[in-house]
Amino acid sequence: MKRTIALATAALTLVGSAVFADGHIDNAIKARQAQMQLYAFSLGTLGGMAKGQIEYNAEAAQAAADNLAAVTMLHPAAFWPQGSDSASNANSKAKADMWSNYGDVQAKGMALGEAAAGMKAAAGTDLEALRGAIGPVGAACQACHKAYRESNN
Amino acid sequence: MKRFISAICVLAFIGLGVFFWITRPHTLPADALTGLTADVDHGETVFHAAGCASCHTAPNAESTDAPVLSGGQRFPSDFGTFLAPNISSDATQGIGDWSALDLANAMLRGVSPEGAHYYPAFPYASYIRMQPQDVVDLHAYLATLPASDTASQPHEVGFPFNIRRSVGGWKWLYLDDSWVMPAETAQLERGRYLVEAMGHCGECHTPRGALGAMDRTAWLSGAPDPSGKGNIPDITPASLTWSDADITYYFETGFTPDFDSAGGHMAQVVENLSKLTAQDREAVTAYLKALP
Ligand code: HEC
Ligand code: HEC
Ligand code: HEC
Repeated sequence: MKRTIALATAALTLVGSAVFADGHIDNAIKARQAQMQLYAFSLGTLGGMAKGQIEYNAEAAQAAADNLAAVTMLHPAAFWPQGSDSASNANSKAKADMWSNYGDVQAKGMALGEAAAGMKAAAGTDLEALRGAIGPVGAACQACHKAYRESNN
Repeated sequence: MKRFISAICVLAFIGLGVFFWITRPHTLPADALTGLTADVDHGETVFHAAGCASCHTAPNAESTDAPVLSGGQRFPSDFGTFLAPNISSDATQGIGDWSALDLANAMLRGVSPEGAHYYPAFPYASYIRMQPQDVVDLHAYLATLPASDTASQPHEVGFPFNIRRSVGGWKWLYLDDSWVMPAETAQLERGRYLVEAMGHCGECHTPRGALGAMDRTAWLSGAPDPSGKGNIPDITPASLTWSDADITYYFETGFTPDFDSAGGHMAQVVENLSKLTAQDREAVTAYLKALP
């Protein structure tokens, strides 16, 4: 996991400028937004159980946690080409700061990877364990959105 | 003609007098805090509920249990850009040498220890509704946080807004310590205190008039983002249709009902709200649900 992320970051610095035409940029933005939607979808199951809106079921919880963890493992470089920030492209809400703070973005991505691994280990045990593991996941999503995502509206 | 000129002079003199009378700083009476003793633990709750760290930590600082309030974050507005000062416990660069009354004058009156007006970018237009006891507790808690010797940066504000005295006129026109909404139950009263006083939610979620005052008739109904990009959402029941449980869960975890996660400035607010008790978060929800 650490290796992948280190490689990805290295790649991210290289991918850089004019390799992609505009269409590729739009597609990359769509792809990473889809990745984010996959996080949200898995959390719909896990968070619904944590909130008590969905009945706890160990198998379903484990499947959702496995998916969440799997999606954190995607190789990120191609999703974040240079020139795809919100100042350059109206479809994106990613702040340009992301591209000048690779180290920090990487740390925040790793923090989510670790929180998701924690959830993977906990979700199938029981509801209490699931509830304990969801806080760190939420904190990891939020830490990155706070720093690098424009407001929603 | 001579008579006329001297009349004008007299009028101008009265005008100047009125200006100085209107714009003079109003401080609390010297004995405003006598008899109050500080509760440091409660001061920590006040600190989180009032969100001081959101503005006074260094730009992009990671959240920690003992934030360094060294300042430096920038707050753009129609009148220029304000930079949050160092309010750490350092006695020279921060406010380590301030008395509780100094802090109370700053938060409840918008007046510095030297008697100058603060700009309302420091949200005292909301804090003015706070209890003196809470300021005393907060003062004791701030003293436990780390010192930083980073110097405060000057604001980037042009004429005439760079004249602090003129803020006195603004205060005279707009500073209003009355509650915006009625509160019939103990829970609504607590929610109102958290939203209207400490949480200063209106500072972001309420639209502002020409001179930057919150429009109480459009309370919490959403506003353009002062950064110039996008809008801050309407959180009255007309738009915020989430269930009570969903709103409270958002304040605890930052997750919306679709499990998107709060971004931008609201992520900081959620970080603060998540440190309060579940009852306090429920009180904030109850207040929002009771809005017209
Ligand atoms: C490393 C930083 C980072 C992490 C960690 C992160 N996000 Fe995001 N997220 C972003 C950025 C940046 C955007 C804006 C992307 C864009 O519009 O180009 C975003 C956008 C989103 C969106 C909106 C997607 C759309 O359709 O426009 C959702 C939903 C979302 N994130 C959910 C989550 C959840 C849930 C988590 C935690 C499980 C999470 N994110 C973790 C950075 C992050
Ligand atoms: C510093 C500015 C700021 C302050 C202060 C603030 N908010 Fe927000 N709030 C926002 C922004 C920006 C959003 C949009 C969040 C996003 O894009 O993810 C938001 C979103 C929300 C939402 C979700 C609404 C929706 O439809 O998505 C609620 C509920 C909310 N705020 C309540 C509050 C409450 C209660 C307080 C006071 C305790 C408060 N806010 C204080 C800026 C602020
Ligand atoms: C929305 C951002 C914001 C929040 C929240 C905020 N402040 Fe400030 N604060 C400012 C700004 C901007 C100034 C500068 C005002 C000026 O120079 O007129 C300031 C000034 C001050 C000063 C004056 C410092 C000096 O050197 O004269 C003190 C003290 C202070 N804030 C304390 C606090 C405390 C305590 C809290 C929490 C209860 C808090 N602030 C919350 C933005 C904020």
